[in-house]
Amino acid sequence: MEIKVLGPGCPKCQQTEKIVNEVVAETGVDAQVEKVTDVMEIAKSGVFMTPAVMVDGEVKSVGKIPPKDDIRGWIEK
Amino acid sequence: MNQECCASNRPVMMLTCSGASNVGQLSNHAAVELTRDGFGKMFCLAGIGGHLDGFVQSAKDVPQMVAIDGCDTGCAKATLEHAEVPLKNYIVLTELGIEKTHDFDLKREELERVKEAVKGVCFENSPLIPVVDQDSVNCCT
Repeated sequence: MEIKVLGPGCPKCQQTEKIVNEVVAETGVDAQVEKVTDVMEIAKSGVFMTPAVMVDGEVKSVGKIPPKDDIRGWIEK
Repeated sequence: MNQECCASNRPVMMLTCSGASNVGQLSNHAAVELTRDGFGKMFCLAGIGGHLDGFVQSAKDVPQMVAIDGCDTGCAKATLEHAEVPLKNYIVLTELGIEKTHDFDLKREELERVKEAVKGVCFENSPLIPVVDQDSVNCCT
C-alpha cells in the first residue's frame, strides 16, 4: 500500500504525516508513507488545499488533519 | 506559485457553470476577477464533473464554497449533486435580473452585480472570509 501526505511543510502537514505513520504502526499494515512537498506535484492531484492524504492513488482527505479512525478505515480495507 | 503555508486562511472555493451564454460567461468572468481580487479561488468544476477524486474530495472538504449557475438549468448544481458534493452557497444569475442571451459582449455593470452577489451570499453565511493570495497553496485550515 502506498500512502502520500501532500503538503509543502506547514505544521498541520507535519502533524498529518505523524499521525498517518502512527496509524500504520498501530495497525501493522504493510504501507509506505511518502511526504510530497513539490507544489506542482500537489497541484496535479487536484487538491484545493493541503494537507491532503492519498491512499493507493486516491485522494481521501483535503485541507485538514484527518482523524485516526478515518485513516484506519482507509488502510484496513 | 507561492509556497507560503500556515497563513490561517480559509479560501472560498468558487465553482462556475461557465456555460455557453452571457450568464454562463458572466459566472466565469466574475470568478476570475474575484480570484484576482483575492476574495477566493476559482476551482475546476469539470474535474468534479469528471469524478476525479482530488477535485471531488476537495469540494467535499472545503469549508467555504459557492456554486454559480448562469441560469436555472442549474448545470453547476447538478454536477455537484451527481458527485455527491453538498451545496453550501449558491446563486443563479438570471435570478439577479440578468437576462440570458447569447451575446458574449459582457456588460461591466452586470459583472459587478454578479461579483457583489457572490460576496453577499458568502458573507451572509460566513462573515469572516479573509482575502487570500491568489497564487498560494492553501493549507492549515
